[in-house]
Amino acid sequence: MPVLEMQGITKRFGPLLANDQIDLTVEPNEIHALLGENGAGKTTLMKILYGLYQPDAGSILIDNRPVRFRSPASAIAHGIGYVSQHFSLVPTLTVAENIVLGYEGRSLLQRREMEQIVHETAQRFGFNNIPPDALVRDLSVGQQQRVEILKALYRDCRVLILDEPTAVLTPQDAANLFETLLDLRARHLSVIMITHKLEEVMAISQQVTVLRHGRVVGRRRTSETNPTDLANLMVGRSTAAVTRKANHQASTASALNVRDLWLQDRRGVALLRGVSLTVNQGEIVGVAGVAGNGQSELVGVLSGMIAPDRGTVEVRGNALKLGDPRAFNRARVGRIPEDRLKGVVSDLTVAQNLALEQMEDFSRAGHVDYKRIEQHAERLIREFQIKARPGDRARTLSGGNIQKIILARALARDPVVVIAAQPTRGLDIGATEYVHQKLLEQKERGAGVLLVSEDLDELLMLSDRIVVMFKGEITGRLDATTATPETIGLLMAGGQQDRQANAISAQPLSGRDHAGLPT
Amino acid sequence: MLGFRLERSPAPLWVRSLIPLIAVAITFLIVSVLILIAGAHPGEAFYELLINPLTRPTARAEILVKATPLLLTGVAVAFAFAGGYYNIGAEGQLYAGAVAAAWAGTQLHEQPALVAIPVMLVCGFAAGMLWALPPAILRIRLGVDEVVTTLLLNSVMLFFVSALLNGPWRDPISNWPQSPTIAASAQFPQLFARTRIHLGFLVAVLALLAFWWIFTRTRFGLELRAAGLGREAARFMGVRVGRVVLIAALISGGIAGLAGVSEVAGTHYHLIDALSPGYGYTAIIIATLGATTAPGVLMATLFLALVDIGILSASRQLNIPVYLGDIIQACLLLVALATLLLNRYSLRRSQP
Ligand SMILES: Nc1ncnc2c1ncn2[C@@H]1O[C@H](COP(=O)(O)OP(=O)(O)O)[C@@H](O)[C@H]1O
Ligand SMILES: [Mg+2]
Repeated sequence: MPVLEMQGITKRFGPLLANDQIDLTVEPNEIHALLGENGAGKTTLMKILYGLYQPDAGSILIDNRPVRFRSPASAIAHGIGYVSQHFSLVPTLTVAENIVLGYEGRSLLQRREMEQIVHETAQRFGFNNIPPDALVRDLSVGQQQRVEILKALYRDCRVLILDEPTAVLTPQDAANLFETLLDLRARHLSVIMITHKLEEVMAISQQVTVLRHGRVVGRRRTSETNPTDLANLMVGRSTAAVTRKANHQASTASALNVRDLWLQDRRGVALLRGVSLTVNQGEIVGVAGVAGNGQSELVGVLSGMIAPDRGTVEVRGNALKLGDPRAFNRARVGRIPEDRLKGVVSDLTVAQNLALEQMEDFSRAGHVDYKRIEQHAERLIREFQIKARPGDRARTLSGGNIQKIILARALARDPVVVIAAQPTRGLDIGATEYVHQKLLEQKERGAGVLLVSEDLDELLMLSDRIVVMFKGEITGRLDATTATPETIGLLMAGGQQDRQANAISAQPLSGRDHAGLPT
Repeated sequence: MLGFRLERSPAPLWVRSLIPLIAVAITFLIVSVLILIAGAHPGEAFYELLINPLTRPTARAEILVKATPLLLTGVAVAFAFAGGYYNIGAEGQLYAGAVAAAWAGTQLHEQPALVAIPVMLVCGFAAGMLWALPPAILRIRLGVDEVVTTLLLNSVMLFFVSALLNGPWRDPISNWPQSPTIAASAQFPQLFARTRIHLGFLVAVLALLAFWWIFTRTRFGLELRAAGLGREAARFMGVRVGRVVLIAALISGGIAGLAGVSEVAGTHYHLIDALSPGYGYTAIIIATLGATTAPGVLMATLFLALVDIGILSASRQLNIPVYLGDIIQACLLLVALATLLLNRYSLRRSQP
């Protein structure tokens, strides 16, 4: 008898059908992987299960009894626990306070009692190294995640939902997490784990449900499937062999020259540690790395948004003023930001967003020529096939079309350098292909493209060279024609590249088999 | 049971454009209850409040007199709000302008009106700007919250005015705590015979037009809007956010200063403690209700001025307290802010 059944769940966000008649069945003692690309609707489905969203149609059964969750409180009462992608801990409170507070009926405890209870719960589930009296802000990300899990366990959850739990973890932490999950399963809990990483599915789950574009496109017993099969389901095409779209033809003239970038955050933690790299004209250089190893900061510096503590950035030999987006604009650095909502003002119109980067061209003596702004927008809308009118507010557009606005703006002025950060994140396959094609076009016309992506296939497909970042440093430089996902994966996990042999030695990583690393 | 839930997506445009009307409607509902408690008939009261003033020429003129400082402070606040700079200090900046006008007005006895009036306007604008400068710099350089600093500077300015009026500026003739009367040539002329509508109204209309023009036609206006609607994204696109916001904050202070000049030179002819019954605060309601657009600010100003005048006749005729006028304003602000949330969230019926 299944512990949990979701039947015919449908959820719309305006015109977008995020969940379309989804069925999901979870058995007791099961680690159930919910697999799908970004935007497939995984988080939405789980938020419905946790009472955060109300479904437009469909029903939920727990122990074969229909239930309706109006709020997380009622979901919790039925034994659902949810650890979201973004933790909901209060950084300035202790672990014990975070776990106990807000749980009805137990809010008036003494500090000591609270810590005792948390300690006991932690012991019961074999969670060591989480001091109940520590402040959450002093914990590592991996530890914080454990606190979130403990919080759910403390509330007696029987079905634990984890939303992309490994996205923020080091490989070591991921391995530990998987051990914990197997342990919880042995204690008769069911786990739903959201992921888009095939190896994780293979390593830990018993059952897989695959979503694509809001629909269930496959259900498999893990023992009866393999990564290629899952990949086919997930993306609707075979990624077994990545076909390289790029052919190397770069000149030796450099387009972008980055030298010795150093950056610390306010607490003095080093985010960039001496990053140097060159992108030649007519070349795409890929930057790989597990999220949080300095790629965001590198992109921030190369977009002019962050001034590093030290280092220089040259475009065709001219040093730029750092921390000044205008300088990058003027040097014709086309920039695609990691978070596309930081690239457009969503309450301004499409035309205004397309024009703001080059107001010099659209105003005379401080007076804006709105007519020309509109014509400019119409041209780019046609050229980049954006589904919008010039006067539409950017916020009314889909993610793919917002990305096209950013792309159009970045590429419209024949850039010398293109900084593309996660340019296809959350886009559907059509839009993804379109972005790829545009980046290749830029390379062909001689721009130097820096492509930062978490998608290894994308990097291997487009790049001429790939650099790997780990802990704020570039730890590997590979030729994309000879690089394999395995070598890159090892470098991403902190392995070292031996320059002479061009071989890679992995650091000892306990539990690597569980983490099943190389993506 | 019917349930409603807020979801984080903007309400449709037609809902958002109805926000001010919804705010007004809800306010009237609340006020109706209060009128009933005060022992009057809401229908009659609203007639006295909103319709009657429009039927009498003298009352119509008084509405425009009242609208003069409100329009200036309203434009001032809207200017800053549009750039995401929450200038709560229009009241203090108004008094700064008034002090400058009261001072300049007494130095200009020899000058013709054509010199005296512009000099006074410039002085008032500069004084308002100066008073708005420290919070703006603190905010842009150090990130100090301008809501707190501009608000606190209001009290500082009021105490300063009090000190002036009870000390060096006390009128030597009447011995009242009021500044000496300004030169005749510095006093604003009436615009229409037999009304109290003065030059200040023209200044206010010009300020409104300038506001409209800057916002819809100039590069600065577009960049200011971008900065107000999305600071990081604006910066990403090359808007010099700090500079743009600083200029907006200063213009905002300057226009609020003009409201002070207008009150001194157009209505009172000297500086008094009670020059403003809170025009700088009412302006916050105006800017919010008017959604920081020029037409919106104009409508909100006229409406609030109407209520201000109407409540006087309503209270005379029906014996209801004049404080109802303040309550209407306060309700409007609260309801407007609450309904403004619809800008970011939309109300969804949850399934029964
Ligand atoms: N609150 C929301 N409002 C509007 N659209 C949303 C909302 N939440 C998610 N979406 C959209 O629904 C789709 C599915 O999103 P999500 O469930 O987060 O995908 P996943 O978790 O599989 O990456 C995406 O296109 C996303 O943009
Ligand atoms: Mg998700």
